[in-house]
Amino acid sequence: MNTSKAKSSEGLDWIAITQKIGTPVASVILAILIGSFIMWVSGYNPVAAFSALYQGSFGSPKAFGDTLLRSTPLILAGLGLAYGFKANLFNIGAEGQLFMGGLAAAALGLALAGQPWYLAIPLLLIAAMLAGAAWAFIPAILKARIGAHEVITTMMFTYIARYVVSWLVVGPLKDPGQIPQTRLLPVESQLPRIQSLFSDATLQAMPFLKFGRAHMGILVALIAAVVLWLVLKYTTLGYENRAVGFNPFAAETGGISVQWTTVKSLCISGALAGLAGAVEVMGVHHRLFDQFSSGFGFTGIAVALLAKNHPLAVIPAALLFGAMSAGAGTMQLVADVPQKIILIVQALVIFFVAAEGIITYFLKQRQKEVPSHVG
Amino acid sequence: MPLLELREITKAFPGVLANDRVSMKLDKGEIVALLGENGAGKSTLMNVVYGLLTADDGEILVDEKHVKIKSPRHAIDLGIGMVHQHFMLVEPLTVTENIVLGREPGRFGVIDFATARQRVREISDRYSLKVDPDAKIIDLSVGMQQRVEILKALYQGARVLILDEPTAVLTPQEVTELFRVVRSLVDEGLSAVFITHKLEEVIAIADRILVMRDGAVVGETTPSATDEIGLARMMVGRDVVLSVEKGVSQCGDVVLSVNDVHIEDDRSLEAVKGVSFAICGGEILAIAGVDGNGQRELVESIVGLRRPTRGTIELKGNDITRANARASIEAGVSHIPEDRQRRGLVLEFNIAENIILGDHREPPAADHGIMHPKAIAELARKRIADYDIRTPSERVLADSLSGGNQQKVVVAREIGRNPELLVAAQPTRGLDVGAIEFVHTQIIRERDSGKAVLLVTFELEEVLSLADRILVIYEGRIVKEFAVADADAETLGYFMTGGGGSKLAEEQESKPVESSVAGGDK
Repeated sequence: MNTSKAKSSEGLDWIAITQKIGTPVASVILAILIGSFIMWVSGYNPVAAFSALYQGSFGSPKAFGDTLLRSTPLILAGLGLAYGFKANLFNIGAEGQLFMGGLAAAALGLALAGQPWYLAIPLLLIAAMLAGAAWAFIPAILKARIGAHEVITTMMFTYIARYVVSWLVVGPLKDPGQIPQTRLLPVESQLPRIQSLFSDATLQAMPFLKFGRAHMGILVALIAAVVLWLVLKYTTLGYENRAVGFNPFAAETGGISVQWTTVKSLCISGALAGLAGAVEVMGVHHRLFDQFSSGFGFTGIAVALLAKNHPLAVIPAALLFGAMSAGAGTMQLVADVPQKIILIVQALVIFFVAAEGIITYFLKQRQKEVPSHVG
Repeated sequence: MPLLELREITKAFPGVLANDRVSMKLDKGEIVALLGENGAGKSTLMNVVYGLLTADDGEILVDEKHVKIKSPRHAIDLGIGMVHQHFMLVEPLTVTENIVLGREPGRFGVIDFATARQRVREISDRYSLKVDPDAKIIDLSVGMQQRVEILKALYQGARVLILDEPTAVLTPQEVTELFRVVRSLVDEGLSAVFITHKLEEVIAIADRILVMRDGAVVGETTPSATDEIGLARMMVGRDVVLSVEKGVSQCGDVVLSVNDVHIEDDRSLEAVKGVSFAICGGEILAIAGVDGNGQRELVESIVGLRRPTRGTIELKGNDITRANARASIEAGVSHIPEDRQRRGLVLEFNIAENIILGDHREPPAADHGIMHPKAIAELARKRIADYDIRTPSERVLADSLSGGNQQKVVVAREIGRNPELLVAAQPTRGLDVGAIEFVHTQIIRERDSGKAVLLVTFELEEVLSLADRILVIYEGRIVKEFAVADADAETLGYFMTGGGGSKLAEEQESKPVESSVAGGDK
């Protein structure tokens, strides 16, 4: 028997952890290097660009707050994607569920005017989760019942969601004014800014707490990440989700309903995406309009990929993407590098993470031909 | 002068020395058997010879000339042909089309089929392979398809034929036929390497036997100088009980009763056409048949993975005809699936997670949806100890276990659950003698503790050594029932391949065979 080769899935196996985070980290570094090269070729100074990017994302409490602000919906959407991926489901339509979550939060928030915050905020969050789950439910049933591929159906449902929101903000929910948007949410339904929790004197004394626009949604996101991690690790729900993702045939043989697990998985994925929409509405815009999400549902795919679907790894992965989008403005302002170039870096990160998947896939194929000597 | 010579071939995979300075010689007109347990390095060695893998060290000589075999193509050019365990044939095409595939004769893109067909027929006649050049692969039996593979190698000019576990998929009659074919090939001056882990085959066919263990050659012998027990000892490195000892069945109450069941396969064709039988506690009932005669569908419907279109299935008097897999497990049915990697295990799960699959909702693994990692680990460690699973820890991924240990995990889970009925489908497929011995012992222990066992297999030896009663299935019908004392491999093989099938089948059409438990009492 050969114990050295035996792979272990222990909780804290540092070698395994290093191996796991190795490729994502390498992907990011490679992406930055190639991004720098592209900047250099295009006549920009990559060093100045990236230091400006850093300044704009982590350089000050306010910049960090901006990063947090942009990471919050990415964490939630990324968690949703990761949970689906674990069951081998690609919820590419998270953006649609996010829209429905935002819509539910906005509509209920307006309806609950006058209620205290401790009632309003939880209700809004729950409503958004239900709305996201409901929006994923129909594609989930179609997948489970007739095998309609979720990539197609959830994507189509995204279009429906966006048009529904577009219509509502010019129609029934429109603020009496020129702009197509809803009225402002009552303050009890808004997620407060982090710095608003501290007194002016405290902020004066501790200026590093001035997180600018960052809001309490980040707390919601962090709690969601921990809860999802616990669900995957310590509940039969998570166990069945993983079993179906790895091997639906063995899962089925073990008495797990693959169809029902698929439905549950996509709905939970949708609920998390819905939550992402809610925190964006409740924490940032305080109202609904048709451009309230800058594609968080789609960037969530990249976040989940980079995090290799680990709920806790979703947090740093989302921070990275959040930082890139927060710092891009400063980069343009200070180093005169077009914001869009950061999209190239983002694309490269995704490319390398995905390429790693392809490479390991082929390595696995080869290994399968190799007789195992363990045991 | 050796046709093929290997000198000190060494091949390492990460963490494993698959071949450790292996040397062998193959003369013209000789059959060398490469015997060893799974993972002993036989296939690795032959993959090196066939150019699928490159050795880290060592030399290959063909006709006493050094060669570096870079690809299968190169191996073929050197006269080395390989028949893989899994055939590489294009089913809708004809024999000739398959054989010329990749090196079609003719010019300007026009294939000269007439010449090709002519040559195929010549080769087929010379070695009396009896292959029809115009038959479609899909219409051929497994044994015939294998001969097409052999024919293909010969067509490509093979002088050395490597046969990788060639008998794994064959019926006894087909095995006899294959041996005849291989004999006639070597009589014509070819040479063959025969990879196997089946002892009796080695004795029957080989001129010389090379035994491998843990990547190295541990012995060389000839059939006349040894016997199965000696070979088993060499192969495993210890004494092995080849035929399990078991007492007389103590038949108790009826546990499973299957009544006139009709089942459709995935293509909605009727795969099981009215099967009835019963198993009592303390009895092993074997269903013997060639693969694809409805066994899979029958098993799947008993364990709740498929619903019969007609008929009933009862477990201890409870109707489980429409039970799903979960209800079936909860009713007391355990299932060792025929394909452990596809249905038996989640390879990406660790041993502990696999041990609880199916029981993962119940205490001790979980209650109210919350899992108990400590209790799970404890249970897994108990099973690892009880079932002798060789692993450093219960947290090792199933993927990194050997086939034998993977099967032990499945057996540990399914028997450890303490079921009323154990359905074991091909429980020893691909296992080596040591692991087979273990699985057989477990199955018999289950019977002796008063449980019912349904064994579905096409390994006749397994049927004969384990079963108390045997049903032969052919084209979805039970065509014959034997008490084990009245059965032998030849007769079983005869009925398995449809011998006397039509008459019996007609009989069954009018009146389903009333297979009684009493028939199993002896």
